[in-house]
Amino acid sequence: MNLEISTTYPLIIIFIMAVVTLATRWGGVLIMSYVPISDRVQRFINAMSGSVLVALLAPIAVEGDHGARLALLTTLIVMLLLKNPLLAIAAGILAAALFRQYFV
Amino acid sequence: MSNVDPDIYSLSYSQVWSGFKSLLPISSFVVIFGAAFGLAATQTGLDNSSIMLMSSFVFAGASQFATLELWGAQISLIPLIVTVFFINARHLLMGASLYPWLRHLSPIKRYSILLVISDANWALSLQAFNRGESGMGLLFGGGIALWLAWVLGTGLGFYFGNVIHHPALLGLDMVMACFLLAMVVGGQKNLRILIIWAIAACSSLLAYWYLPENSHVVVGALFGGIVGIFWKEKRV
Repeated sequence: MNLEISTTYPLIIIFIMAVVTLATRWGGVLIMSYVPISDRVQRFINAMSGSVLVALLAPIAVEGDHGARLALLTTLIVMLLLKNPLLAIAAGILAAALFRQYFV
Repeated sequence: MSNVDPDIYSLSYSQVWSGFKSLLPISSFVVIFGAAFGLAATQTGLDNSSIMLMSSFVFAGASQFATLELWGAQISLIPLIVTVFFINARHLLMGASLYPWLRHLSPIKRYSILLVISDANWALSLQAFNRGESGMGLLFGGGIALWLAWVLGTGLGFYFGNVIHHPALLGLDMVMACFLLAMVVGGQKNLRILIIWAIAACSSLLAYWYLPENSHVVVGALFGGIVGIFWKEKRV
């Protein structure tokens, strides 16, 4: 079974994308509203929330180019030393930009 | 959560406005991503009004770019749904992580706020809630800022998309990753959390290499969460 939608009617495709995306935005809270918040659930939520970001970043750090790695490393170091997010982000972007300008 | 300020469960205009302003710096970069999307979508052959509608109603960059990859004379329904769902499945976890606070709002407010939940405003608001402050304004006002930036950027992409040829050369592709990393590092850290993160990172990488595309975020986050269930924090 392979349903095809013609892209001459992009509105149908956009509608499907919007519904699926909205389901992800609402779904987590909707499901949680049926789950009693026990200690276990609370621990799961706490551990999972940071893990989302780590899981998102891991392949970028490992599979990205050296510029990407350098950007993340710079952000990490500046953030640990100065604890200033804006400075850390700016330093990371600058590191990637400089590296890619001169070494790629 | 017994002695917290009841204010953190409310949502006032001043909070929304200050959340909006807090997310303006990162939103200016979202404009650039939006422009990149607008340009890429034009090159794929979508007409301007469809591109604007997509950015306005979908508002999820990675899945929109991925859809362009599937775009041809026709598009297969199941791969479309699967791709969009898995790329955006992290929203499920992000929403769930905010549930302890969002549940105090009326359903209308709760689900209205969630219309604009996205990586940056979620990360900032969760951090605020964990400090015992209100993150509602950051989530909603910040989300509106990000949404406006995304839609505005998309529109600029048709007209000025050619101005920035190689955003990666300027390091602009790393803005969101650096931002999210700064959020990770800024959160609480102890041995338990670090090991949970290491497990999340390893399982994400394994999923990235060996499981179907786009499953890594969900797999990594679930593994991290499951370890959290069984490894209790020491009560202080």
